[in-house]
Amino acid sequence: MNVVSLVLQAGLRDLSRNRWIVAYTLSFLGIAEGLFWFGGTGPQVLLSLLNLVLLVLPLVALVFGTIHVYASREFVELLLAQPVPRRELFAGLYLGLALPLAGAFLVGAGIPFIVHARDGATLGGVAALLGAGVGLSLAFAAVATWIALFTDDRLKGVGLALGAWLASAVIYDGLVLGAAAAFGNYPLERPLLGLMLANPVDVARVLVLTQLDVSALMGYTGALFERTFGTALGTGIAAAALVTWCVIPLGLAGRRFLRRDF
Amino acid sequence: MRRALVAAFALGAAQPAFAADLTVGAGGRFATISAALEAARPGDRVLVRAGTYREPTLVIRTAGVTLEGQGWPVLDGQGVREVLVIAADDVTVRGIVATNTGISNLEDRAGIRAREVRNCLIEHNRLRKNLWGIYLQRSADCTVRDNDIEAEGVRQTESGNGIHLWYSPGARVENNRVRGHRDGIYFEFSSHGLTRGNMSERSQRYGLHFMFSDSCAYLENTFRDNNSGVAVMYSRGVVIARNRFERSWGSAAYGLLLKDINGGEITDNVFERNSTGIFIEGSSRLQVRGNQFTQNGWAAKVLADADENSFSGNRFSGNAFDVTTNSRSSNTTFDGNWWDEYAGYDLDRDGVGDTAFHPVRLFALVVEQHPAALLLLRSPLVSILDAAERVLPVLTPEALVDRRPLMRPPR
Repeated sequence: MNVVSLVLQAGLRDLSRNRWIVAYTLSFLGIAEGLFWFGGTGPQVLLSLLNLVLLVLPLVALVFGTIHVYASREFVELLLAQPVPRRELFAGLYLGLALPLAGAFLVGAGIPFIVHARDGATLGGVAALLGAGVGLSLAFAAVATWIALFTDDRLKGVGLALGAWLASAVIYDGLVLGAAAAFGNYPLERPLLGLMLANPVDVARVLVLTQLDVSALMGYTGALFERTFGTALGTGIAAAALVTWCVIPLGLAGRRFLRRDF
Repeated sequence: MRRALVAAFALGAAQPAFAADLTVGAGGRFATISAALEAARPGDRVLVRAGTYREPTLVIRTAGVTLEGQGWPVLDGQGVREVLVIAADDVTVRGIVATNTGISNLEDRAGIRAREVRNCLIEHNRLRKNLWGIYLQRSADCTVRDNDIEAEGVRQTESGNGIHLWYSPGARVENNRVRGHRDGIYFEFSSHGLTRGNMSERSQRYGLHFMFSDSCAYLENTFRDNNSGVAVMYSRGVVIARNRFERSWGSAAYGLLLKDINGGEITDNVFERNSTGIFIEGSSRLQVRGNQFTQNGWAAKVLADADENSFSGNRFSGNAFDVTTNSRSSNTTFDGNWWDEYAGYDLDRDGVGDTAFHPVRLFALVVEQHPAALLLLRSPLVSILDAAERVLPVLTPEALVDRRPLMRPPR
């Protein structure tokens, strides 16, 4: 049997026994459903969930992911003692973390929108939010894997994960805001768009913005936004950036995994 | 002999005694419309059968004549001339297709023009590919209704307006559909008009544009996908009620732009998915009541030079920004609106929130000064900043506050 699927199955089994992931799914389900219950219309629920996706999802993926990879350490060492290709072992390890995370979000946040399909949320908006959430899960699972393989000190690893979360979810935007204010007299559109693409949380946010707040984005005086966001191009660029944010940390983590001496 | 008799009657009684039907086209007495119009006496009906008519610009010079198409006859300007001119009072034009005036930079060619007449009725016509659609020029008390007007203009400079009123007081413009002209409906120096139930979309500039037109009412119209939305300027006493303003996107596009309007009611309209829902500049004594602002970029931009305007009973939901202004002082009052971002409570259960709501967000001011920061919209950091500013307003105008925010959306 294929090693990837074997390790993946082991990972999935491990996670499904883990009450965390169940609680994670249920909490998304509960919050999204609750938002509909308390009189929210589709677009409002989307916006409320967006905040959750931008804050909670990276936090869970990073911290939970790092802990999970550390916890799998003995299992990985055991398998490494067998004649198993490291590449496949690594793929299984990552997918065993990323797929449940993404799946839990997709199920938890997706089902309420299917149930309340008539409440006025546009298909594009829901797809953007779910896509952004799945992309963030995959990207931050990759970052978490990288962090856990980067240092053997578990405390340091979790600390790094928390730091990465704070930096990407809050501090980064603060710096961007500061830059926008400080260099307000310069043509900032292109640099700012570039800065947005350099942070997965911002990419996810912009991806949803292109669907939900296009009216506001088109009100910006620069023609660049209109060209970027008015078309499918903006959505495409944002999606591509999220994929890049999965691939690069994963590549780094993979390289480390292949070379390191366990 | 008969004609002389009719003429005598018409002259004597000013009331056509025997209205005759003059038929043009297949099987009719006349081969051309111009010949029939020439022969028509006051009160006659010129019936035009189906077919395409390529004649020099048709001019109706006889009062009380009705020009009526049967089976949509096409009056073709062949790209070089105006199609039909009404130059007599009490004329009715109905059921024709006026098309193809061609583009001119020297003359304002119109599909149908009323020129210095009174009481004309232009209804159930189709206008296609004209520079200007229906043009009322110094014509009083005319009615334009149920017309379908479409142009395929590409540039503002090479396109005219769908329904254009110039010094034409007392007009009624009802249930027309206008697409693709420069301005869908344009009133200039035309007071006491009524515009109701029209659909104006995909205009290259404004869906509705009116200047210097006092005491007009605009009811139940839909303005959609217009390049710059709707602009209302330099007028007094306007009533704008139960209209829909949708999808005006762009940095200079406004669902409804009000400039130098003195006294007016803007009630029960829907503003949906515009870059800016309503923009108020230099206007005073406007009552903005019972409107819905949904999913706009900026629901309301009210500049500080606007005076004594009031917003009440409106519903704000899903807008990126509810209210912005350009000054810390504000002469516009907000009272008893429903805000989806209001997070207060209602202990005495009177339906009114117990804490005040500040609709101007800190981030709105930041974007006002540094537009590029707009990219941070909906960022968690921005939510934190806004929350902090709401608790302790330092930068946002303190005067701009709704002290009686509603707990439930009106209606």
